[in-house]
Amino acid sequence: MTTTTEIKFSDSAQQQVQEILNQYPADKSKSALLPLLHLAQAEFDGWLSAPVMDYVASILNIQPIEVYEVASFYSMFNLKPVGKYLIEVCQTSSCWMNGSEDIVRYLERTIQAETGQISPDGMFQIKTVECLGSCGTAPMFQIGDKFYENLTFEKIDTILDDLRKENKRSRYV
Amino acid sequence: MSKKLLLTYDHIPGINTLEVYRQNNGYKSLEKALKTMKSDDIVEEVKKSGLRGRGGAGFPTGMKWSFLAKPEGVPRHLVCNADESEPGTFKDRYLMERIPHLLIEGMIVSSYALGANTSYIYVRGEYFYIIKILQNAIKEAYAAGLLGKNILGSGYDLDLYVQPGGGAYICGEETALLESLEGKRGNPRLKPPFPAVAGLWGRPTVVNNVETIAAVVPIVNFGGEEYAKIGIGKSTGTKLISASGHINKPGVYEIELGVPVEEFIYSDEYCGGIRNGKKLKAVVAGGSSVPILPTELILKTAKGEPRLMSYESLSDGGFATGTMLGSGGFIAMDEDTSIVKNLFTFARFYHHESCGQCSPCREGTGWMEKILKKFIDGKATMSDIDLLWDVQSKIEGKTICPLGEAAAWPVAAAIRHFRHEFEEYVKNPQSIHDVKHYFRLNNLVEA
Repeated sequence: MTTTTEIKFSDSAQQQVQEILNQYPADKSKSALLPLLHLAQAEFDGWLSAPVMDYVASILNIQPIEVYEVASFYSMFNLKPVGKYLIEVCQTSSCWMNGSEDIVRYLERTIQAETGQISPDGMFQIKTVECLGSCGTAPMFQIGDKFYENLTFEKIDTILDDLRKENKRSRYV
Repeated sequence: MSKKLLLTYDHIPGINTLEVYRQNNGYKSLEKALKTMKSDDIVEEVKKSGLRGRGGAGFPTGMKWSFLAKPEGVPRHLVCNADESEPGTFKDRYLMERIPHLLIEGMIVSSYALGANTSYIYVRGEYFYIIKILQNAIKEAYAAGLLGKNILGSGYDLDLYVQPGGGAYICGEETALLESLEGKRGNPRLKPPFPAVAGLWGRPTVVNNVETIAAVVPIVNFGGEEYAKIGIGKSTGTKLISASGHINKPGVYEIELGVPVEEFIYSDEYCGGIRNGKKLKAVVAGGSSVPILPTELILKTAKGEPRLMSYESLSDGGFATGTMLGSGGFIAMDEDTSIVKNLFTFARFYHHESCGQCSPCREGTGWMEKILKKFIDGKATMSDIDLLWDVQSKIEGKTICPLGEAAAWPVAAAIRHFRHEFEEYVKNPQSIHDVKHYFRLNNLVEA
């Protein structure tokens, strides 16, 4: 667990922060909040702890509550630690029609953890999500910024095997 | 003019790069606009084209543009709504992934028309890989002098940025999107004032869908009048349809508005019919919010006329017997589909996505999900059907933004057209387990 004093963006992330801030008028820097939260989540183990959110607040010179209320509103921000690979399974309409419930059941059995729980080896966590805009290639799940589509059980086996070998935390940014 | 205006070149290898895009008539509309047209000329062409907002509401784009306030010394903004989240809709993703420069070209031309010097593309956060594609394309455009200062020597300056969302359907509502772009929760604003007067940071702002902005490119290239000749009646031009569900060929199709629904479903040019030789049971024609229609009403209107893929024909008969074109999210369901279970996935969706600001929506969406869960669990009674109807009827028209309606309409339509199915689940709770939904996957033996 990191402490407040250790929380600092890497040099490359600091550079990205500058680029992001340049996108808005100088007095409108709060607009950078969502991009910075994405960046912070990618930098700090895939979730946003209170100290990390306070750090983001300090960069933007806003109150911590302004960060908490935003982070808790949007579904992509994790407020608790997550598995190394967060498997976000779409379950809405077309995905449901094409077997998303079976996908979830198969995943739960394969990673040996129920939806929402981190697998015993810390590698995976299933999260059911709402429509990801992949209806024509259903069923699907998202891991980091990658979409895995037209899923079958065989495909899932290969994907998970590859990720176990890769062993690098998934990220959107 | 060919029937395809947006996806003419989508299958050309490398069309995502500036070089190949330019070899295929890319950025012609920008040259024409900057060298031969005044801002107001473009607004006039868009008005003449009859283009209607492609995000779902179908509001005339030229009119929306003409509402933009232009006070002296106050910057104006164009914001592209790429928060595509309506279940059943994936056309904007396809367009941005395949032909990112088409959107960027549309953004530059439209920004010029509106007098905006800083514009944003707000993309749903889940589409982060698309964000990267757009950022690369924008970088190419800057390097080629198509963005930045003095574009193509015209004296016009534009900066274009991509903003990620954080995962919230509500941010597809334009004022919620603006809140989000300001770094806040996506709570829709009370209107008026409309964004055209007080939008991003209180400045005059136009918010348009990806496909709408892309359509400005052919409108400028060919002229508004030529564009208006395509399509049927007040449904001018082409529309991207996201087709999914139990069809042989799911995908994104660009259609000329006015194609018969029957042709769209069964012809090999489009969906290629229903999978596994099954019969069609129902269609959600325009994204999850629009009323579901049974086969007989989606293929033909109540008057017995062929139903067409157009704003007017799909809404023929009102909600009693019709539906809406909406976002063009076309979900076809075969004879084995449980309408109630599908509706449950919609209800769960809207409950999850309600921003919580207005009580009728916040509480109502939760109740609708709960009641529908009772049907799924085989615990519903006949009075639950009336209760469900009652709850949905108390949301419509009582909320700040249309998410309330979007949540209520599919419930109302399912009861209106498939009440017998709700009754069947009450009389015979076991029957919900008899429904076979899964075709691509082998049935999984319960672990």
